[in-house]
Amino acid sequence: MFVVLKMLNKKTKMKNIVKILIGITTMALVACGGSGEKSNEKSSLTGNVKVDGSSTVYPITEAVAEEFRTVEPGVNVTVGVSGTGGGFKKFMRGEIDINDASRPIKSKEADACAEIGIDFVELSVAYDGLAVLVNPENDWVDYFTVEELEKIWNPDAQGKVMYWNQVREGWPNEELRLFGPGTASGTYDYFAEAICGKKVGTRGDYTASEDDHVLVQGIATDKSALGFFGLAYYEENKDKLRLVGVDNGNGVVIPTMETVSNGTYAPLSRPIFIYVSSEAAKKEEVNTFVNFYLESAPSLVSEVGYTPLQEKEYTEQRRKYNEFISK
Amino acid sequence: MTNSKKNRIKDKLFEYFGIACTFFGLVMLAIFIGNILIDGLTRIDLDFLQNLPSRKPEKSGILTAWTGSLWILCFTTLIAFPLGVAAGIYLEEYGKKSSLSSLLEVNISNLAGVPSIIYGLLGLEIFVRVFSLGNSILAGAFTLALLILPIIIVATREAIRAVPPSIRAASYGLGASKWQTVWHQVLPASMGGIFTGVILAISRAVGETAPLIVVGALAYVPFTPSSPMDEFTVMPIQIFNWVSRPLHGFTINAAAAIIILLLITFIMNGIAVYLRNKWQKKISW
Repeated sequence: MFVVLKMLNKKTKMKNIVKILIGITTMALVACGGSGEKSNEKSSLTGNVKVDGSSTVYPITEAVAEEFRTVEPGVNVTVGVSGTGGGFKKFMRGEIDINDASRPIKSKEADACAEIGIDFVELSVAYDGLAVLVNPENDWVDYFTVEELEKIWNPDAQGKVMYWNQVREGWPNEELRLFGPGTASGTYDYFAEAICGKKVGTRGDYTASEDDHVLVQGIATDKSALGFFGLAYYEENKDKLRLVGVDNGNGVVIPTMETVSNGTYAPLSRPIFIYVSSEAAKKEEVNTFVNFYLESAPSLVSEVGYTPLQEKEYTEQRRKYNEFISK
Repeated sequence: MTNSKKNRIKDKLFEYFGIACTFFGLVMLAIFIGNILIDGLTRIDLDFLQNLPSRKPEKSGILTAWTGSLWILCFTTLIAFPLGVAAGIYLEEYGKKSSLSSLLEVNISNLAGVPSIIYGLLGLEIFVRVFSLGNSILAGAFTLALLILPIIIVATREAIRAVPPSIRAASYGLGASKWQTVWHQVLPASMGGIFTGVILAISRAVGETAPLIVVGALAYVPFTPSSPMDEFTVMPIQIFNWVSRPLHGFTINAAAAIIILLLITFIMNGIAVYLRNKWQKKISW
């Protein structure tokens, strides 16, 4: 502020400001011209497709919307990030066409849709896996059982389970330092429910951050750290962290594309969805978009860091959708 | 040690403490800006300003975000400026001192402290749903205008109060009506102060994210707005979105977008400061 003030007191500097302003205006004009040119390819469809919902699903929908522009430049696909619940609130008012959801619709939400006569279809588009991670220098952990994770993370463990040797005999007497996403995130809800059960949450004395970079840094610099977050984030930071497999009673499973998509990496992998309303499905542009979504998902999903469904499952989802629109 | 010596030492100590306090904020700001510049400066080019958001960080741009921000900024100012200034004039020049006016005053000060997300919820119910403006620029601008109204009102009142009563007395003495006095004497004399308030208010509005997300600003918009009824996204939402993505490239994009957002704020401030200086020069009593 002061700098600007001082600059303005000298009249000679005034010209620079004017130059910057002219620059900005020119940029605006250039930009407008640019976007106009793109839309003169051959295409039949016009209209809007409104998508909102989970920030977990957002990267996939964004990628699909981006690719969709090259096929149907006349259709404007907009994507919001109100969260799964926030998206459903708009969905059941008929304000949006498609809702991105990181969990299935709740019966209360489904009832609200039925009340105003909106029917909907649930389509799985990808899998989201949670990764359990330790520091690369940690040489004692080979795998976790689900019970061990529960022992570490359940609310009663707060202030009690503080050392690794309390988790399994033979592990060293080192302090156990925990890292995880904050309680507001969908990832946290999902982990808490999968490991500790419905509505109990986890212990609170862990380093919580919504910023996954903080978690990566925390685990990467602390030998006795343990943390969890989305598998996609691990893929980006492979060299700094060590991925630990989970034993759910049927042997140790390490999360990979394969184990996540065939469901063997349980309970820490989940499908994520899009919901399409019956009103929206009457619009040709929405139909084309949804079909394009399911067709391009296999390649796009892995590109943005999630695990695609298997080929036959996508075929099944397409069949489900076409059945829905022909009703 | 004599008392006066002790006092002198205390005086010096406080002086250094004051300097430290002043520099604390400035140093933090300098570190922040330096950090951002190192991360993001090389990422800024014409393509970055012209491209649509993309899943590939290096192909991503902020075209829709900065155009959206400019639209929001213009409309917020257009709505909030006349409303805020008029309210300020009424309260200061016309309003009678009564229990009602003191109630109004307390409430305006309170409004300035209401968390911005509450304004978002208000905007969602009133502008988006009752006025059925939808998730449009206009709905967003009205919401932000509400948010910054209290700041503008308070600043307007302060500025008007700073005009010496003798000016008004002289104006009345020459037979001017109240409105003539306000329009020809008080307003021109207080415009400088009013502009300062508006600058601060707009700077706040341009950085707001929460109320706009509630009102329904989107994260991915593939077109630049062409009317106030269009859907939109703004810079802070784009930045927030990028910061929460795992790919490192998006973090760099976020830094670059922050630089652009700071530039927009500085330019807006610059324009407003220029206008203010121009007004102040005109006044000669």
